[in-house]
Amino acid sequence: MRDLTDRALDTAAQLGAEYADARVVRRMDESIAIKSGSVEGVAAGESEGFGVRVLVDGAWGFASSNRLTPREADRVAGQAVRIAKASATALRDRVRLDDRPPAIGSYETPVQEDPFEVPLEQKIQLLLAADGAAARVDGVTFTETRYDARREWKTFAATDGSFTEQTITHVGAGVEANAIEGDEHQRRSYPDGDGGPFKAAGFEYVRGLDLENRAGPLAEEAVALLTAPQCPSGRFTIVLDPSQLYMQVHESCGHPSELDRVYGTEASYAGTSFLTTDKLDEGFRYGSDLIDIVADATAPGGMGTFGWDDEGVAAASVPIVRNGIFVGYLSSRETAPRIGRQSGGAMRADGWNRIPLIRMTNLNLLPKPGMSLDEIVADTDDGFYLASNRSWSIDDRRLNFQFATEVAYEIKNGKKGRLFKNPTYTGITYEFWRSCDAVGDESSYVMLGTPNCGKGEPGQGASVGHACSGARFRNVQMGVGKW
Amino acid sequence: MSGDDLNGRTPADVLALAERVLRFADAESPTEVEVMAMADDASLTRFANSEIHQNVAESNVQVNLRFVVGKRVGVASTNRSDDDGLRRLAERAAAIARNSEELEDWGGLPAPTAIHDIPEGFAATTADATPELRADGVRAVIAAADTAGVKSYGSFSTATETLGIANSKGVRAAQRRTVSQLLTVAMAPDGGSGYAESAAVDVTAIDAAEIGRQAAEKARATGNPIAVDPGEWPVVLEEYAVVDILSMLGYMGFSALAVQEERSFSEPGRRVGSDLVSIVDDGHDPATLPMAFDYEGVAKERVSLIDRGVCRDVVFDAQTAARAGRASTGHGLPAPNPYGPFPLNMAMAAGDTPREQLVRGLDRGLLVTRFHYTNPVHPKLAIVTGMTRDGTFYVENGEIKGPVRNLRFTQSYLEALAATSAISRERRTLKGDFGGVLVPAIRVDSWNFTGATEH
Repeated sequence: MRDLTDRALDTAAQLGAEYADARVVRRMDESIAIKSGSVEGVAAGESEGFGVRVLVDGAWGFASSNRLTPREADRVAGQAVRIAKASATALRDRVRLDDRPPAIGSYETPVQEDPFEVPLEQKIQLLLAADGAAARVDGVTFTETRYDARREWKTFAATDGSFTEQTITHVGAGVEANAIEGDEHQRRSYPDGDGGPFKAAGFEYVRGLDLENRAGPLAEEAVALLTAPQCPSGRFTIVLDPSQLYMQVHESCGHPSELDRVYGTEASYAGTSFLTTDKLDEGFRYGSDLIDIVADATAPGGMGTFGWDDEGVAAASVPIVRNGIFVGYLSSRETAPRIGRQSGGAMRADGWNRIPLIRMTNLNLLPKPGMSLDEIVADTDDGFYLASNRSWSIDDRRLNFQFATEVAYEIKNGKKGRLFKNPTYTGITYEFWRSCDAVGDESSYVMLGTPNCGKGEPGQGASVGHACSGARFRNVQMGVGKW
Repeated sequence: MSGDDLNGRTPADVLALAERVLRFADAESPTEVEVMAMADDASLTRFANSEIHQNVAESNVQVNLRFVVGKRVGVASTNRSDDDGLRRLAERAAAIARNSEELEDWGGLPAPTAIHDIPEGFAATTADATPELRADGVRAVIAAADTAGVKSYGSFSTATETLGIANSKGVRAAQRRTVSQLLTVAMAPDGGSGYAESAAVDVTAIDAAEIGRQAAEKARATGNPIAVDPGEWPVVLEEYAVVDILSMLGYMGFSALAVQEERSFSEPGRRVGSDLVSIVDDGHDPATLPMAFDYEGVAKERVSLIDRGVCRDVVFDAQTAARAGRASTGHGLPAPNPYGPFPLNMAMAAGDTPREQLVRGLDRGLLVTRFHYTNPVHPKLAIVTGMTRDGTFYVENGEIKGPVRNLRFTQSYLEALAATSAISRERRTLKGDFGGVLVPAIRVDSWNFTGATEH
């Protein structure tokens, strides 16, 4: 690929680019979808191409193509330069990038069992067994079981001499049981809805999920929810299982700490952030003393784990919240200098035909020694234990959120008891995190995340990781809506 | 390195590519086979803080091959169009099909239907749009913002999609479509924000200066908002908010798969809206960013989804139609498709109320410009939560009194249709999450706000 990237970079430089980078990406996907015991879809996809990003007169341009030829490298580099010149006609401040050493080297996701080498029949049988275990439960209306694998080969080169090659592998699988009666539709899923979460790993991760043995009890719970009481409204103590807490971290910690949002560059689509830079200077209290959050692109198994980001910044662990105080952002080479820092390495692109944007890597809520998650439940007199995200929404500055989970278990005198259906809770981000009075220890610390975090125009998906161990929050508003 | 043997981007070129794939597939002895070939040329100029900060272009080809052996179905895709890439594609799809399980109720690939071209769906002005043209439009938006003393944010996109479908039952369908969209959020120094958007087949139909002016004017009007209590409020929803109602209902209920899986609210004859509410999906309506056929090559039929408040029908693809013992309505998505068919060209019928009269009919209520980050909470009841954004106003005695802080709602969109008491006679073409949407503004007598935020 070096010939192609050299050609594109040389052409861009000759046409006036003061900086250029080129990425060649080949992506291979495999997916299997089972519905109610029937193999509904098996697909394999491949996509390859390259993108050239240039700075001309302090303005950005980007062009991309699926044709990996020298002639196309010239055309695309020229198109990127022309686009950058058009950008320069509506520019107020020239783009300046931080200094970083040229990135050189290679990285590969550690994989024990290559998911693309496991015979298809074997994968299908594993999924059918899990799906069948859920479908056999009386009262289940339909089941869905999914498997997905992706491998991406990525070459990055820049006019500063950077040249990296990476091979990233992600796999995911999950089973879901749906029970429907009249207007009531209840769902239980494992390990998460929509076939996730994925992991940066090989097929050993899928085998380790033990889908078949988890599916039956899960389906029974979906059916039981049909006749469970409605979760009440009011202010309660809640304990969030990692299967919900990761989503809370994603929406109310991850997105607001993206520095491009803070500077308004996502304003027209996903919105901005309440975490303005004055809050960094003042040491804003984001949460209680127990809250330690890092953006760690080196965490084993995370979907946001890599060697270098998509502008050649080495993977790092960046503190975001320390002892409850807001201390840092997810950043890029363009945004970090504006707060007097170096990029934290969070620029990620969804394939060859998209520019890198600031994205979460693995945004992890660190465990706290002291109490296990079970001990937190045992320490709770009265409240609810919420698991498995079902719905999420947050305002355009990431303050007012509302989540629904698949299930709530009543907690009485330190024990999990009755099921409640249709649980929801809502709050204001910093008030919620300040109400946290217990975070689970290492024993329940697990890497989860989402493979489809959306951002940008044109739209981009990203696979981001979130490790967490479960936590308790006090005086939380539960039960909105009127059904 | 690979090559790209797609010589041109016309419908005939893309269909010729599909034919080449069929020949490679035939060598693998399928029972049935279908090729979807699509050439995409898309550009987008993005701006923030009244300057262009991202500016991108993409050229791609996508080839999907659905390969059937008996009742075993395999799908493979590639963006290579050279012989080696296509041969590998056919081999992969065939291997998947042979190693898969039978789909018991496989209904077969669709047969040819009568497809009528929609010349209004393509504009050379959009296909030939340059980065300079988009920059001109952005500068016009910025100029309007500057005049109003606000900053502008947004995007201006132009795209050409050339789609060709060929299958072993004789389907041969090809079309070229263009879509352009300009959207902008204007933000004022006092915290106000406003939104405006326009979408069209022909980029020259977009009046960038006017879109910029509308957003800037609203931003000036929304500074220093007051807080109002959540609760049940009568509302007027502008077109940008109504788009979300249609898109969500399409996602949750207007699909035959949702009905077959018992997760849809839609039942023929069930009343869900007031008499004023009629919604169709019509791929041939030039105002819905039209499509002549779906991603299975089936001609799009006009489908009445809700007629004067009563559910009529849902949309079908080949597989859901076979299960139901009827014909596809031409709403299939690219295979493999676990989501089922989808209405991509929805239109809500106009009412007879002049748009400006909608607010005048509110004694005490709220005017909502648009929604943000909506998500189903209870799909079968069509309960959705989300926030208001970029212009929410308190209305008293038919007059806008001033801006209010944004509110969270948790609202059944079906109950909103039932409580719809007036619909504007004017409609706008907008680009929803899943295709073109033609929508009016509406007045809803009760909307359930369940929380508030700080801005």
